[in-house]
Formats: sequence, structure tokens, C-alpha cells
Amino acid sequence: MIFGKAKILRSHGWQYIPDLYSVTLTEEFRGFPLLSDTEDKSDIERAAAICPTKAITTEPLTLDMGRCLFCGECAKCAPRNIRFTNEHRLAATRREDLVVKVGDPAPKFDMSVVRPEISKYFGRALQLREVSAGGDASIEMELGATGNVNFDFGRYGVGFTASPRHADGLVLTGPISQNMAEALDICYNSIAEPKVLIVCGSEAISGGLYADSPAVDRSFLDKYHVDLWLPGAPTHPLCFIEGVTKLRSTKK
Amino acid sequence: MKLYHITNNTAAAVAIADIPVVDYVELYNDLKERMKDGNYHVAHYFATEISEGLKFYIILLNDANGEVLISSFVPDYYAEGLASLTALHPQFHPFEREIHELYGVPFDSHPWLKPLRFSHDRRNKNSSMDTYPFYTIEGDELHEVNVGPIHAGIIEPGAFRFICSGEQVLHLEIALGYQHRGVEGEMLRENNSLRRVVISESVAGDTAVGHATAYAELIEKLGDKRVDEDLYLERMIGLELERMAMHIADTGALATDIGFQLYQVACEALRTVTINTTQAWCGNRFGKSLIRPFGTNHPLTAAKCELIRKNVADVRRRYAELRRDMLEDPTLLARFEQCGLVPHVEMQRIGGVGQAARASALCRDIRKSHPSGYYATKLSHEPITKQDGDVMSRLMMRLDEVWQSADYILRTLESYQPKGELSAPDYFAPLHADSLSFSLVEGWRGEICHVALTDDKGQIAKYKIKDPSLHNWLGLAIAVRSEGISDFPINNKSFNLSYCGHDL
Repeated sequence: MIFGKAKILRSHGWQYIPDLYSVTLTEEFRGFPLLSDTEDKSDIERAAAICPTKAITTEPLTLDMGRCLFCGECAKCAPRNIRFTNEHRLAATRREDLVVKVGDPAPKFDMSVVRPEISKYFGRALQLREVSAGGDASIEMELGATGNVNFDFGRYGVGFTASPRHADGLVLTGPISQNMAEALDICYNSIAEPKVLIVCGSEAISGGLYADSPAVDRSFLDKYHVDLWLPGAPTHPLCFIEGVTKLRSTKK
Repeated sequence: MKLYHITNNTAAAVAIADIPVVDYVELYNDLKERMKDGNYHVAHYFATEISEGLKFYIILLNDANGEVLISSFVPDYYAEGLASLTALHPQFHPFEREIHELYGVPFDSHPWLKPLRFSHDRRNKNSSMDTYPFYTIEGDELHEVNVGPIHAGIIEPGAFRFICSGEQVLHLEIALGYQHRGVEGEMLRENNSLRRVVISESVAGDTAVGHATAYAELIEKLGDKRVDEDLYLERMIGLELERMAMHIADTGALATDIGFQLYQVACEALRTVTINTTQAWCGNRFGKSLIRPFGTNHPLTAAKCELIRKNVADVRRRYAELRRDMLEDPTLLARFEQCGLVPHVEMQRIGGVGQAARASALCRDIRKSHPSGYYATKLSHEPITKQDGDVMSRLMMRLDEVWQSADYILRTLESYQPKGELSAPDYFAPLHADSLSFSLVEGWRGEICHVALTDDKGQIAKYKIKDPSLHNWLGLAIAVRSEGISDFPINNKSFNLSYCGHDL
């Protein structure tokens, strides 16, 4: 039996990614969108009309990553206007920074709005409580993956904890279903100050496909300050890792 | 009198006029006897509003000959109520509960007429998550354990209430609905087929390929366009990759819950390879954007086929080593064997589907009984079944099905010459008017069923989604009866049911 285990260990080899911050994802991955204007607006108008979450405006041309599900259909409709790069580092500290404009070369992460106590208290260790409020399970699995053998975010002192009493912050996923709104509020208020609030996934950021659904209640986000916005459907583990690392960084 | 319109899973959509509108009493009497035959089970049963009140549709599957039986009735339910089918055949319970919750239809002598998911459009607005009528037992030696809605981990919410005698679970009741975000209503908000397929991908994010395939097949049955055979093949590869990835994830999750780190990390790594293969194909680790109606934006190329073959072969080899070691591990066997039993007869009564049913020797597999697409034409699938219905059987289902799925992918890709381009998706194809279209797809959890009704202009007027979890949650509640409460986690992982797929 012990030989069996040794064999498994040998054939698996090393799995962890030594440097989490220099990874380049596959070309197929749809990350940061590059926008360019054209005289002819017909393509982009078709793309804006078909967009499942109305993430595109045509005058002026913008794409809201907080609504975008990265389905890529707009880039098929309007290849001259929209091109998705494989840049997975999409985190932002302000909601409005998720709206990409023509000519934006890279995502904006504005360090100036990060509260100084975050790096002071959580620079060495950050334990988070995840709450899924209508999330579709893919994003929850991606958050679980941040701690797995490949990404191993735990090596930098970041992990997920069961009790909000043990947590330094909350990660919200899902469009916030009405039936979950109260439990989410109770959970957030059970976390001791100071705490961080991270909103993960386009569905949580804007409601996504369910933004206008009568079954969701998004008043939670009006009440509390959000420290980090992480787009994606689902958010890639490396996007989460990169965003949280920047949030805790002491460099200003 | 003809009670059913009989069709199958490859035929075109059915004209609503062809579906007999029958007398409920006659249908009830027929179902009373018919459902005693284990070959039959209910795939969907729902009500829809029409000018005269409510029209009910019921879809039954016959596993023996691949028939799909569809019937409908327009009862005068306010006057006399409807006799409950659940009282005879518990597999009807979620459907009758949903109809009761949404429209207030009384079902006489239904044993468990509780709210199903606290829909936002439920009839009784006074009933809420806080007032769920949990079952209770009085007794000095009993205690209740309430878990949820927020669980100790990164998982979705649901409330579990255990009634225990000491460490032993006497009864578990599962109250769901926290994830309800109005999926079926959102399907109708806009007449946008892209939006609908993207919503299908979000019904259960871990079954994105399964639900999107169900949507695509449903729409294709309503259109006149021919679909390329190669598209079916590529969908099959997508479905089997998803099955492999999730079965491997569950193998790892089961290992986690018995503290077996080696298997856990090995499975995490193998799952990563599998989902990264999907990502290299379509740009998303869960296969979102892969499946689209009438075409695809991500046709396979020779290079991608080669990558999939290489990775799947590698995963299969490494998973086989794991499998061999797991089956010989006495500590693992001690925890999993004879734990969480769901006998064949119980599984059949509750209408279990998918790999959980097959672990209890109930051979329900859409790929075999009602195949469509590539499964219907090129691949003759032989389902794997296990006899015992315990956690070990449900684990062994995964151990074997990963091998089988990998085998299908490798065998198919060996001879496949991809054209490198397939027709682009069509979101604007005209649909047949006044029709009922359904699709049945074997997702990794089991039978996915989507049903749509179109109006006289060919617009979708009603959309119903069923995730296999709807059937199987009751199986979990039965499995933990008389087990130690500390064995709940391994039972839960052995089913790994979807909250969002149930709550919609």
C-alpha cells in the first residue's frame, strides 16, 4: 500500500505554481477587453443589443466589466471594436473603474482609495468568510481552488474560515437573492471591525443576469463600503489572488 | 381514450394540439398502476396559466423503450382539489409542492405539502424562509441540530435540521430556497436567445455544459435547421469533460472529509488539468460559452483535439493509480462501506436519477435510455451500476465513470478529423408556434430536463428547468437516517447536489 502512495506522489510531481503573479493564461481565456472606436457603428450596436447583461454602451463606447459575463459574443459581432485579451488581472477598488473606455490599455487599480488599516492589520494574515447569495457554484468552486495544491494562496496567509467570528472580512458571491439577504447581513455584522468586504463575480457586482429579477434584493451593497471588486463569470482564482494581494500591499 | 402523446428524445417539438387533454381522475388512475413499474419515472410535471385557469403538463419517461409520454389536463381544482400522486408515489413530491407553492392548488392527502423553494412569486406571501414548518419529534432523549443556511465552507446556502438521539440521526430535513434568484422568470424577460443560453449556463455553474446543451437541444427541436453531426460530437466531448472534472472534484472532496490529504491534493491537481483543458478549448474553466444553439463559437481544431487527447490520457493514467490505491485502503473502506445506504427500492420510490441512482442499482441514464445527439447515433453507451447504494458505491461510480468518460473522449478523438470550422450559433432562428419542446440530457449529476411552450407567434411563453438535484435531495435525507451525525459530510459529498439548480 505504501508503494501505491509513493507511486501516486511520484507520478504527480510538483503541482504548485511557484510565482502566482507572473502567470499568463491560455490565449483562449477572455479577460480584459480592449475597445476601439470605428466610424461605422453598426457592428457595435448589434453587439450592444444582444449583450445578455447590457454591459455595452455605444455613445461613447464603454464596456462595464462589472456586468460582463465574458461570453465573448460581442467580440464575434464587432471584432473591430472589442477584443478580449487574456489579461486576468481585473481587480478594481472602485466600482466605476470597472467600466472600460476606448483606449484603456489595462485595468485600473487605484491604490489611493485603499484604507491604510487593511495592510496594517491584514498584511500578514487575512481570513475570509465566503457567503454565496444566489451564486451559481462555479464561482464558489473557483474560490475554493485558490487554496488548492496548484494556487496555494494559503502560503501568503490568506484563507477561508468557517465562522464569521474568526474572519477578517467577507467575500460575497451571487446576485443576492431575497431569501439570503438577511442571513448575509447577519453574517457581515458578526465579523469584528476592522473588516474588508470583497465582491466577487459579475453577478455579485451588478446582479448580472439577475439585475432586474424580482427575486433579488441588493440593498446590502448600498449599506456597506466595498473594498475590492473582482469581475468574472466566474472570477478566475488568479484574479482573486492578484486583487487580494494588491489590497493588502503596503506600497502606495 | 388516449391518455398520452408518445414521442422520444430525438423527435421534433410536439404541437400542443397533439397532446391529449385528459380527465385528471383517469390520468390519476393510470399513473397509480403505471408508476409501480420501475421503468417509468416522472421527468417533469408543472402547471401554466391559461385563460381558463391552469393547465397542467406531465412528462413521463419509459427507460425500457425510450418512449416519452406527455399528457395534460385542465382541472376544476378549486372545486374539488386534486388527489395527490405523492401519496402513492413519492417521486411526485417536488412537482406537486411546486405547483401548490406557486398557485395554491390543493393536493388532497399529500403527506408533505411544504414550501419547495419560497419563490418570489409564491401564492402565500406569509410563508417565508423563517417560518419553514420543520418536522419535529418530542422526546427527552432527542435533540435538534440546526445547520445553515450558511455552512462551514465555501459552499452554497441551505438549511439542514437533524433530529438526533445521541450521535445517531433519526431524521434530516432539508429546507432550500436561499439560492432562488428567479431563473425561470428571467428566461422570459427578453426575447434574446443568447441571454437564455447564458442563463442556462448559470442554472448550476458546475453543470454549465449540461444545462446549456439542454437549452440548445430544446431550441433546435423547435427550429427547422439541420444541425451538423460534428457539433453533436463536440458537445459530447464537452459533456464528458465536465463529467470527468466534477467526478474527480468529488473524489477529492470525499477524501478531504476523511482527512486523506494525498488523495485530496492529487484530485485537486487532476481536476485542474481537466478544467484547464476545457479553458484551453473555449476560454472558460467551466465550459461556459462552449455550447450555443445551432452552432458554436469554439469549433475544435486539430491542435485542440491533440491537447484534449494528451491531457485526458494523462488524467486517466494518474487517476487510475489513485483508484487502485483507494480501493485497497482499509481506513477509507471502513468509513465508506455500508455508510449512508439508500436501497434500490427507496431510490426508485423517490424517483432518483443519475449516478446516485446507478449506485443503488437503479439504472437511470439518459445516454442509454433516451439518447440524443452523438449518443443516439454513434456511441452506444453502457451505464455503470453498483449494487450497494452506500457512500462507497457512489464513490466507485465516480472512479469508474471517469475512466469511461475518458475512454469515450479518447476513442472519439482518435478518428475525428475536425473541420476546424462549424456553423456559427443562430440566436434568431424562427421557432415552431404553439408547440411543446423538451430536452433530456445526462449531466454529470443525472437527468437534466428543460421544457418550453411557445405561443402562436413562435415566442417562448413558458420555460421550465429541472436539475437532477430536485429528485435526489430526498435521497440524501434518507441516506443519513440512523447514521452517526459525523458521517453527514461524507454522505453529502457522495451526492454533491446542487442548491442553485434546485432553487432556480
